[in-house]
Amino acid sequence: MTLIQEHQAQTAVQAVVNDFSIQVATVNGSGSQSANNILMRSIFRMGIPVSGKNLFPSNIAGLPTWFTIRANARGYIARKKESDVLVCLNPNTVAEDIREVRPGAAIVYRDEFEGLIARRSDCHFYPVPLEKLVSAVCADSKLKKLVVNMVYVGVLAELLSIDMQTVEQETRKMFGRKAKALEMNLAAVHQGADWAKEGIAKTDPFRLQRMDKTAGKIIIDGNAASALGSIFGGCSVVTWYPITPSSSLAESLTDYAKKYRVDPKTGKACIAIVQAEDEIAAIGMALGAGWGGARSMTCTSGPGISLMGEFAGLSYFADVPTVVFDVQRIGPSTGLPTRTAQGDLLQVAFLSHGDTQHIMLFPGSVEECFALAVEAFDLAERFQTIIFVMSDLDLGMNNWMADPFAYPEKPFDRGKVLSPEDLDRLQGKWERYRDVDGDGIGWRTIPGTEHKAAGYFTRGSGHNERAVYTEKPQDYLNLMGRLKRKYESAQKALPKPVVSESAGARVGLVAFGSTHWALVEARDQLAREAGLETSYLRLRAYPFDPSVREFVAKHDRVYVVEQNRDGQMAQLLRLECPEHAARIRSVLHYNGLPVDARSVTSGILGQEKE
Amino acid sequence: MSAPAKTNRLGLTREDYKGSPSTLCPGCGHDAITNHLQAAAFEYGLEPQRMIKLSGIGCSSKTTNYFMNLSHGFNSVHGRMPSIATGAMLANGELMAVGVSGDGDTASIGIGQFIHLVRRNVKIVYVIENNGVYGLTKGQFSATADVGSKAKSGVANELFPLDCCALAIELGCGFVARSFSGDGKQLIPLIKGALSHRGTAIIDVISPCVTFNNHDGSTKSYPFVKEHDEPIHEVGFVPFYEEIRVDFEPGMTKDVPLPDGSRVTLRKLERDYDPTDRMEALRLIHESREAGELLTGLLHIDTTRPSFNERLDLDDSAPLSCMPQEKLRPSRAALDEIMRALM
Repeated sequence: MTLIQEHQAQTAVQAVVNDFSIQVATVNGSGSQSANNILMRSIFRMGIPVSGKNLFPSNIAGLPTWFTIRANARGYIARKKESDVLVCLNPNTVAEDIREVRPGAAIVYRDEFEGLIARRSDCHFYPVPLEKLVSAVCADSKLKKLVVNMVYVGVLAELLSIDMQTVEQETRKMFGRKAKALEMNLAAVHQGADWAKEGIAKTDPFRLQRMDKTAGKIIIDGNAASALGSIFGGCSVVTWYPITPSSSLAESLTDYAKKYRVDPKTGKACIAIVQAEDEIAAIGMALGAGWGGARSMTCTSGPGISLMGEFAGLSYFADVPTVVFDVQRIGPSTGLPTRTAQGDLLQVAFLSHGDTQHIMLFPGSVEECFALAVEAFDLAERFQTIIFVMSDLDLGMNNWMADPFAYPEKPFDRGKVLSPEDLDRLQGKWERYRDVDGDGIGWRTIPGTEHKAAGYFTRGSGHNERAVYTEKPQDYLNLMGRLKRKYESAQKALPKPVVSESAGARVGLVAFGSTHWALVEARDQLAREAGLETSYLRLRAYPFDPSVREFVAKHDRVYVVEQNRDGQMAQLLRLECPEHAARIRSVLHYNGLPVDARSVTSGILGQEKE
Repeated sequence: MSAPAKTNRLGLTREDYKGSPSTLCPGCGHDAITNHLQAAAFEYGLEPQRMIKLSGIGCSSKTTNYFMNLSHGFNSVHGRMPSIATGAMLANGELMAVGVSGDGDTASIGIGQFIHLVRRNVKIVYVIENNGVYGLTKGQFSATADVGSKAKSGVANELFPLDCCALAIELGCGFVARSFSGDGKQLIPLIKGALSHRGTAIIDVISPCVTFNNHDGSTKSYPFVKEHDEPIHEVGFVPFYEEIRVDFEPGMTKDVPLPDGSRVTLRKLERDYDPTDRMEALRLIHESREAGELLTGLLHIDTTRPSFNERLDLDDSAPLSCMPQEKLRPSRAALDEIMRALM
């Protein structure tokens, strides 16, 4: 047996199959997105659970960007803290990228970077003559910069045993409409793969192997899922202002609407989509439309939420429905616009001056981005108020594997609306803000209702049950009392938390939104590595369901895991159950990267040891 | 014109167009405008149920409560009425929208939304009740106060005024008028004309504030405005449902057709003015300001631009507000198709 054969035999024994992450370090605007998506989708097509995350700067071209792909047989799709396979395409970050990689990692890099790097003895180094390889398939110097990305796809396919037919298939899917581009990109893939057969002596243990865990699944980003939820939720007026990371929600919605919300006979639109001049106008239009009887929405991020504050108070105080998607990013101020966070909770919960309380929904997956969007429009009209759907950049802009979305079976709930017939039956006697049903929700009429008694006056100033201006102390108290009752009614109607209990567990975990995926994995790590059994409650709405308080009461220590500095959800929980405040602890991850399981696990174990 | 009949074409009386009692200062110009709005709506035969009244914050914005109680009204937040109006008209473009705002609400805090409303050409009659001061906060200058105009305290305004009419014309507005709250004869036909316009109609009405801006040295006081008000032409209105032929003296009256078949008539006074000429309108506004004149009348009209709703090419089988679920929720097959594409 030769040395190499011996080595190969050894690595075969220690092979790491379907459990590693690939990090592609590149330059923003270099066109690597398509290549990375082909890589990710090829792994997905091989039946291996996968996720792809783009860690990008607030920049159009030139600054460093990283794309991470995680393949995991057990279905863990949160970000993995350390990369196992590193692809170095950015000379400005290559030294640091290599320094930070875990021991044992495989490092693929452009051979011209040789002088820039210090080789570590604990990693596997594969220099690739990318320039030479791409020049063989592409002469155009501009095009070459794009096509070179497909060469490393070929190299990785060979290195990691990604099925070449699958790569070809995905390349066709990506470039299928442009024959010349397809031909050139396919040639680049083969060029990379063929070279790697001879040019790389594999010493690392990482490889992929076909399995059957992704059959029937889809890949979608959360913003597209929210957009689809809005389309199927019957949203009819969309008003928005561009802001990262929410713009793609509106753009995706616009694309889907062109196909699925036009009348097939006339070609006319059954939805109005308007790019507003700013977020104040966006929420104003959404509320005008909601007041006018449309199912309306806007989407934004933290800075936009700040601007919407005054209108949010009007919605609360005057009972005007709309839906706001907050795709959260790092703040305060401009913050890190392309980095993920869950830092808008306190601001949104009490958005606006005076006593305000708002309803928030927390989708934890792309399936829920869809389903809770559908539900949000019903809730807005049922409770005649603003509903916030709290997503984040990681959930909204990254690619997630999911089950196909379930078609919404429940017909629209348009809430308490009086028709001309109702008004006849009532002999025209009704009062807009009278709590006739005891749930805090009055009956409304839609402008344009053909009845002499339909009109009423909506105002952000003091009003009584007949919607008439008042500054009487008792009228104000009545109004605020009713709004409180309405909020309590809403609490009962919101999506329940999802609880996974371990019998006898003394430690409870609470998370929401995109944090869920790291938490699922961290729970397993805690049990496997530290023997710590935990119960887990995933929040899906605020105000909290009563079962949340019970969950807190049931556990000695409750770790609230979230992506902000101040433990905002933990603070809301302490407000909810002050008697249990001492049990509530925080595990926080807020450096802008999507939270990973290892950080959660060590955060919990660190506090458990104290 | 003959005296108003007791009932209008819908069989409604003037009472049916009334609102709640005004709480503004006695003698406020805004109350006169409220009356003119009621009169215009009554005479026009506007269906109260088809009308929405929208406003921001300020003395002027309160007035949407003082007319047409049978209509829906929305007194929203300061300077943001245009966005509420835009949204409401998206929900139901068959409605008639009347927005009432002030010079602070429009020209200061709301100037951005005003500009974009006009750019979009949302179908609305937008009345600016312009008195040059903030009334509710007791007399601070607004952005429409003229240079040299004095506040009650005697301080003179030094900043250049913002002219909402010139701005609207610049932005492509197709119906721009200026009037005086004390001149119902002119204002009422202007409002009716605006109701028949297909897009945004701006009427800037000088409306003196009796409490904070009616003193000597103010260019928005009753005496000053009465003295300087110079109508460009005599405005008349013939609604689409009336067959009455007006006998025009040749060369003396311009007959401007509106999209719904109504007509605005403009009878020549001192000057020969063509309001369809945008450049002439801008020149007139600038020249009259230099000359210290307050020209009133229909400054500009252009009925060719489509409204915002028309541009959006919305399904016209029903307003979005009452579109049935079949039109708002795609089929199960559609979702299947979308899901397959994502596999």
